[in-house]
Amino acid sequence: MAGSASEYIQHHLQNLTYGKLPAGYERADGTVLQDATWTLAHTGKEASDMGFWALHIDSLGWAVALGALFLFIFRMAAKRATSDQPGGLQNFVEVMVEFVDQSVKETFHGKNKVIAPLSLTIFCWVFLMNLMDLVPVDFLPQLFHLMGLEYMKVVPTTDVNVTLGMSLSVFALIIYYSLKVKGVGGFVGELTLHPFSSDNMFLKILLVPVNLLLEGVSLIAKPISLALRLFGNLYAGELIFILIALLPFWAQWALSVPWAIFHILVITLQAFIFMMLTIVYLSMAHEDSH
Amino acid sequence: MNINLTMIGQAIAFFIFVVFCMKYVWPPIMAALQERQKKIADGLAASDRAARDLELAQEKSAQELREAKQQAAGLIEQANKRAAQIVEASKDDARKEGQKLIEQAKAEIEQERNQARDALRAEIATIAVAGAEKILETSVDASKHNEMLEKLAAEL
Repeated sequence: MAGSASEYIQHHLQNLTYGKLPAGYERADGTVLQDATWTLAHTGKEASDMGFWALHIDSLGWAVALGALFLFIFRMAAKRATSDQPGGLQNFVEVMVEFVDQSVKETFHGKNKVIAPLSLTIFCWVFLMNLMDLVPVDFLPQLFHLMGLEYMKVVPTTDVNVTLGMSLSVFALIIYYSLKVKGVGGFVGELTLHPFSSDNMFLKILLVPVNLLLEGVSLIAKPISLALRLFGNLYAGELIFILIALLPFWAQWALSVPWAIFHILVITLQAFIFMMLTIVYLSMAHEDSH
Repeated sequence: MNINLTMIGQAIAFFIFVVFCMKYVWPPIMAALQERQKKIADGLAASDRAARDLELAQEKSAQELREAKQQAAGLIEQANKRAAQIVEASKDDARKEGQKLIEQAKAEIEQERNQARDALRAEIATIAVAGAEKILETSVDASKHNEMLEKLAAEL
């Protein structure tokens, strides 16, 4: 077991990757490709050699499935929504909606029809994706192994692509609303005339690069930190579950149960933080005067 | 940790989910919530109004009761007064009637007395003559003594 421990961990952290291998590439089993081929990666090395033109089928598949599950449940409740006595499902959905609506109203004071549904989607979706972390680490990969799929990472948020995909979408919204609310001039002014400013015209121009550097970094840091915070937390949590799974089977529960219970807090908190920071960033984008 | 197309796929999925949520999930739930809020507010207002109405109705009924009592008291008083009047009037009537009867009786008595006197007066001459005859043991010529007899009768 000791020798294969790192292999086991490596294996668990490898996504099921579908991508393009270049012509003349020597695959893991020794065959050499004649043409550039779209195929499933058989090893981690193959997956990384695919470069940018590859899809993590497991991450994306689970993410889409969980997002669809969320929307299916909420759509069902929305269809049956009644202003009379609500049923159990509607009650639950209303609690979620009101919770998100409250969070949005506390932070964001403008008028925007996108932010509240966006926040609801983020919270529920990220929560569901995180929740996959509580499924025992070997359970689903073994199942898919029996179905012939070598790799299966079931927690989409432990894939940095997934968290970056979401945070960059949020970033795009930040830029969009900044430009929409403040105009191009206002947005550029915000980036170049703060935090250091002067009444002296010459000094003002001199300070532009400094301001641009500071504001630019803080702007770029938003999506990066948003993505890496979620990814880091979940990746670490998943890693610890994998490490616990290396213990003898009769001892695992002693560590995995407390960690799982603690993780319930982490996954909820991370989903909430992602949502809350999205709201904060977007409300900052809407604030005209700096 | 490979950065690849997954990121873009995730972004597309994210966009679609958010749009779906914005179009088909959020508005109906929010509408239901707001409608329920309105319903509750309306219900509370209605119950407030009902309570106020009840209070008003109670006040009104109390007032009407008071008025009715007053009216009844007035009626009773009036009736009493009227009864007293009637009694008084009937007493008056009775008194008058009695007076009339008494007067009538008196008149009748007077009349009868006069008749009796007249009758007596008519018979007195005969009685006197008979008396005198008895005294004198002679017949009295009525025609001779007529004048005296008439004088006697007039004295009665």
